[in-house]
Amino acid sequence: MNLTETHINFNVENIRKDFPILKREVNGKPLVYFDNAATSQTPQQVIDVIVDYYSSYNANIHRGVHSLSQEATDAYEQARIKIQHHFNAKHAYEVILTAGTTHGINLVANGFSTLLKKGDEVLVSALEHHSNIVPWQMLCERTGAKLKVIPMNQNGELILSEYEKLLNENTKLVFVNHISNALGTINPIEEIIEKAHAIGAAVLVDGAQACPHIKPDVQKLDVDFYVCSAHKICGPTGVGMLYGKEEWLNKLPPYQGGGEMIAEVSFEKTTYAGLPHKFEAGTPNICGGIAFGAAVDYMNTIGFDTIANYENELLEYGTTELLKIEGLKIYGTAKNKISVISFNVGTIHPYDIGTILDKMGIAVRTGHHCAQPIMDFYKIPGTIRASFMFYNTKEEIDLFISSLRKAIAMLS
Amino acid sequence: MTIEEIQNDIIDEFSMFEDWEERYQYMIDLGKTLPLIDEKYKNEDHIIKGCQSKVWVHAEMDNDKIEFTADSDAIITKGIIAILIRVFSNQHPKDIIEADTEFIDKIGLKEHLSPTRANGLVSMIKQIKMYAIAYQTQLS
Repeated sequence: MNLTETHINFNVENIRKDFPILKREVNGKPLVYFDNAATSQTPQQVIDVIVDYYSSYNANIHRGVHSLSQEATDAYEQARIKIQHHFNAKHAYEVILTAGTTHGINLVANGFSTLLKKGDEVLVSALEHHSNIVPWQMLCERTGAKLKVIPMNQNGELILSEYEKLLNENTKLVFVNHISNALGTINPIEEIIEKAHAIGAAVLVDGAQACPHIKPDVQKLDVDFYVCSAHKICGPTGVGMLYGKEEWLNKLPPYQGGGEMIAEVSFEKTTYAGLPHKFEAGTPNICGGIAFGAAVDYMNTIGFDTIANYENELLEYGTTELLKIEGLKIYGTAKNKISVISFNVGTIHPYDIGTILDKMGIAVRTGHHCAQPIMDFYKIPGTIRASFMFYNTKEEIDLFISSLRKAIAMLS
Repeated sequence: MTIEEIQNDIIDEFSMFEDWEERYQYMIDLGKTLPLIDEKYKNEDHIIKGCQSKVWVHAEMDNDKIEFTADSDAIITKGIIAILIRVFSNQHPKDIIEADTEFIDKIGLKEHLSPTRANGLVSMIKQIKMYAIAYQTQLS
């Protein structure tokens, strides 16, 4: 699909009709929702699936012989296949349905406890969210492995020459996000993966921020583990995906024990179920998993090329308009970035601006965005982060800018 | 003036405002009247946890009454702490401990009272009362 066609086919006003929440008011003003990087809104198509599940076929899966259980199991496994196809995983059983990105990371970090030893090295990028730092620190504490950091430059881009220097025969694992949540930088994960593989290290990519904007192909990337959350891509909270290459998932021990993940149980010995059930102990978030599949369908109906083109327009427009404001500084100016703008205005505290903007119905995120090391790097207490999705409009950006100007006037 | 009298004054002042803008503008102006903490106390011992912005509070006892000084790196937070200090400074520890803080709701800042709110108003009140409890223990 070329750019012109995209613009003809994409009608944001129609898209907005899918999202009931966008009609509401906040503090007496129409809601302008620019906190999409924290969580995306949910279209009626996905809400309907959730309502339908609880109204029509709510039942526990994988064990009942009755019809409802079969229907729920089918829908859940169908969702897994949708997700498999979306990410182009080789097998459906390489798709583990988790409680979200953080759960997926912890599952892998826990599994590597048995595979790492003292002297091994683990690399994380300087651009990580706390959820992709802390589990690895805990892993290193447990195993005696050493955590090293891939540094970034002033634009918020990882310095690949430094990354190469850090790689050596002791490097066992590399963790990097596909896209930074605080700055919006798209990391060159293809290159990062290739270089890690060349010395035999495995790579986990945190795709939480990438999945709303691009469609990753896990086979093409040759990534070992890829994690994401449904709630960032128009799905519900509390469900996500861990993709793992079959060989790696077989090497990792189970994370949690319980029902669903076993083959045979006696008090002497338990044998574990095969993939993916080995990692899905207990009753899963059945409705969430099914709705995750529906969210993937919804996003694909619009099309990721269309989404990327439109969001790029919003990013360019928002960036140009914001930079017209005196004293405004944008953090994260990588050449490759998605529709996230992190900024500060002069010495005004981000919290002050966020509070006033909320009064005008505008939802942005303020603070350190769970990425304190990045804020320390820039020596700032935090930023204001506006993040756009395909259902946002230029008119909303205009409203945001005029409200921001008003906030600045009040606070100066 | 008693704590209650001061609270009533503040309620009267805020009742004149018709919208949030005037309320917030007033709060920002009040922040500028805040009795500032001595720079030497702007350290980890005086910082209030649970705020998105930094807030430092210091207390000193003078003739059985507590004097508070404070500062914040955010203007709105500075306004909020200024209101609290106006209410609680120069009062007996016992009165501070027993005071209720419902006036916050009455001046239209209820949203700041939520424990999950990032400005930590609840933490500020808690810290002020902790100082009062500490000094009350010294007195008795």
